Amino acid sequence: MKQLFSFIRKEFHHILRDKTTVMILLLMPVIQIVLFGFALSQEVKDTKVIVLANTSDDATRRIIDRVDASEYFDVAVVAHNSNDIDAAFRDGKAKLAMVFEDHFSENLKHTGKAHIQLIADATDPNAATSFLFYASNIITNYQQDLSPTQTNSGLITPEVKMLYNPQMKSAFNFVPGVLGMIMILICAMMTSIAIVREKEMGTMEILLVSPMRPIYTILSKIAPYFVLSVINFATIMLLSVFVLKVPIAGSFISLLTVSLLYIFVALSLGLLISTLTSSQLAAMMISGMGLMIPVMLLSGMIFPIENMPVFLRFISNFVPARWYIDAVKTIMIKGLGLGDVLKDVGVLILMGTVLVTISLKKFKVRLG
Amino acid sequence: MDTVIKVENLTKRFGDFTAVDNISFEVKRGEIFGFLGANGAGKTTAMRMLCGLSIPTEGKGTVAGYDIFRQPELVKKSIGYMSQKFSMYEDLKVWENLELFGGIYGMHDKEIKRKTDELMGRLNFEEERDQLVKSLPLGFKQKLAFSVSIFHHPQVVFLDEPTGGVDPITRRRFWEMIYDATASGITVFVTTHYMDEAEYCDRVSIMVDGRIEALDSPMNLKRTYNAKNMDEVFQQLARKSTRKAD
Repeated sequence: MKQLFSFIRKEFHHILRDKTTVMILLLMPVIQIVLFGFALSQEVKDTKVIVLANTSDDATRRIIDRVDASEYFDVAVVAHNSNDIDAAFRDGKAKLAMVFEDHFSENLKHTGKAHIQLIADATDPNAATSFLFYASNIITNYQQDLSPTQTNSGLITPEVKMLYNPQMKSAFNFVPGVLGMIMILICAMMTSIAIVREKEMGTMEILLVSPMRPIYTILSKIAPYFVLSVINFATIMLLSVFVLKVPIAGSFISLLTVSLLYIFVALSLGLLISTLTSSQLAAMMISGMGLMIPVMLLSGMIFPIENMPVFLRFISNFVPARWYIDAVKTIMIKGLGLGDVLKDVGVLILMGTVLVTISLKKFKVRLG
Repeated sequence: MDTVIKVENLTKRFGDFTAVDNISFEVKRGEIFGFLGANGAGKTTAMRMLCGLSIPTEGKGTVAGYDIFRQPELVKKSIGYMSQKFSMYEDLKVWENLELFGGIYGMHDKEIKRKTDELMGRLNFEEERDQLVKSLPLGFKQKLAFSVSIFHHPQVVFLDEPTGGVDPITRRRFWEMIYDATASGITVFVTTHYMDEAEYCDRVSIMVDGRIEALDSPMNLKRTYNAKNMDEVFQQLARKSTRKAD
C-alpha cells in the first residue's frame, strides 16, 4: 500500500507542477461551454428579417410588430419590390423575407384567407428550419388571437409543442456533448500521454525493474486524472445549471453514476492507447484523431445519428460517447431514471470491461 | 566469497535472431563485474534478462539467490538498476525522488529520512535537496541516479552505461562512488564503452555476437592477448564480429 501512496503522490506532483497543463485542463470545460453556449450557438436570436408589404394595413403591421418584438427576429429592412429582397439576401442583410400579398388585411377579413410568403436563406439549413418554424408559429398565434372562437372554419392548425426543450435551447444538446468530449480528452488523452511519457523518459524501465506492481503503476497514473475529471464534471454541471439555465431534470445520483461509468471507459481507452504506442506524439495523435473526431462527429453531439448513412450509424455504435450522451440527455433533460438508460449503461459496462481486460493483458506482456 | 549472480547457458532469441547465445558466468559478492561488448553484441539483452525485464528463451540463472524464471519479483526486490537513459523524475525534487524510490522498495519513512540526510551530507547536496532534478547539471544527476539505484541497499546493482556523456573528472568521481558501494557489500554489474573504465573492474567479460569471448581480470586478459591495455584486448576480440552494429 505504501508503494501505491508514494506513487500517487508523485503523480500529483507531476501534474500540479505543470501549471500550464493544469490550467488548460481545468479551464477547458469552461471555454467549451462558453464557446458552444454563446459563440457557436445554433439558437435563433435576432435573425434579420426583410419585409415586403405593398399595402400597409392593420393586420400586416400587427404581424410585423409581433415578429419584431420576438427575441428571435429583428425586422431590419422594409423592401419596396422583390429586387430589394434579392439584394438583401446577397448582402447578408437579411436571413428571412416575409412577403405579404396585396390587400392582405382585406382578404383576411372578407374571405378569411390571406397569404404570406416566407423566404429563408438556407445556406445554413438547420438555422433556416428553426427560424421558419418560429416565424410560422408567430403567424399562427396571431391568427388564433384574432379569432379565438372560430373553430369551425375547416382549417387544421397543427399545434406544435417542443417537449423537454420548449425554447429549443441548443444547450440541452451540447451540454451532454461537451461532457462526453471533455471526459474523453482528459481521461483517455492525458492518461495515455502520462503513461507513454514514462516510457519515453526511460523511467518506465526503472519501474519495471523495481518491485512496483504494474497494477499500482496503472492505478496511480489514473488517480489524478480521475480527480480532474470529477472536478470538470462538477464545473460543467454548475455552469450548465447556473449560467446556461439547463436544469438537471432527473436524479443527480443517476447522472453521476453514468458519468463515473463513462470516466472508467475513457480511462481504460487511455490505458489501451498507452500500451499500443511508445511516443507521446503518437499517443496524442491516436487520441486526438482517433477519439476526438468520432466523439465530435459520430456521437450525436453535433449531427443527429438518425440522419447518418447506415455505415456511419453502425460505426457510431462503437463510440462510447454516443451511449453516454444519450444517457445524459435522457436523465438530465428528459428527467428519466437509471432504469430508462439500461441499454446505454449496459453498452458502457461492456466496453469498459473489454477495454480494461485487453489493456491489462497488454501491459503485462510488456513486462515479459 | 559467495556467488551473487550465476548464469548457465542463457540464451535469448527474437525470431531467427539469437541476441544472446548460450552464455555462462558467475559473479561473486562485492565484485565489480565489467560487461563489455560492441553495440549490438547483446549486452543490454543479457542484462535485461538478469533484471527480470525479459524472459530468457533457454538456460538457467539466479540473481541474489533467486531464480530469474520462477522468482522475478524476489529478484527485483534485491537489485538496483540504473539505465543509460538518465532516469530520474525531472519534475520532482531531489528528496522527493529518494522518497519515491524508497517507498517503491518498501522502506520505512524513518529509514528513508535517515538515509536521505546521510546521503545529502555525503554528496554535499544539502543545497540541492529542495531543487527540481531538471535544474541540476548532468554530473549531479548521474550521481543522484546512482544513489537512488542503491538507496535500498540492494545485493546487486546493474549499471547500464552509467557514465555516458560526462567528462573524465566526473567519471572518475562516479567510479569512486562505485568503489564505496562495493565497500559496503554491494555487487556491481556494469556495462561500459570506456576501456579505461574496464581497467577499474575486478573482472571483465567481453561479448562478441551474443557470446562471451573472454572473461577474466583485466590484468590476465592483457597478458593472454599480449596487449598494452584493455582497448587493444577489446579491439582484437571485437574484430571477430560478423554482426552489424545497430
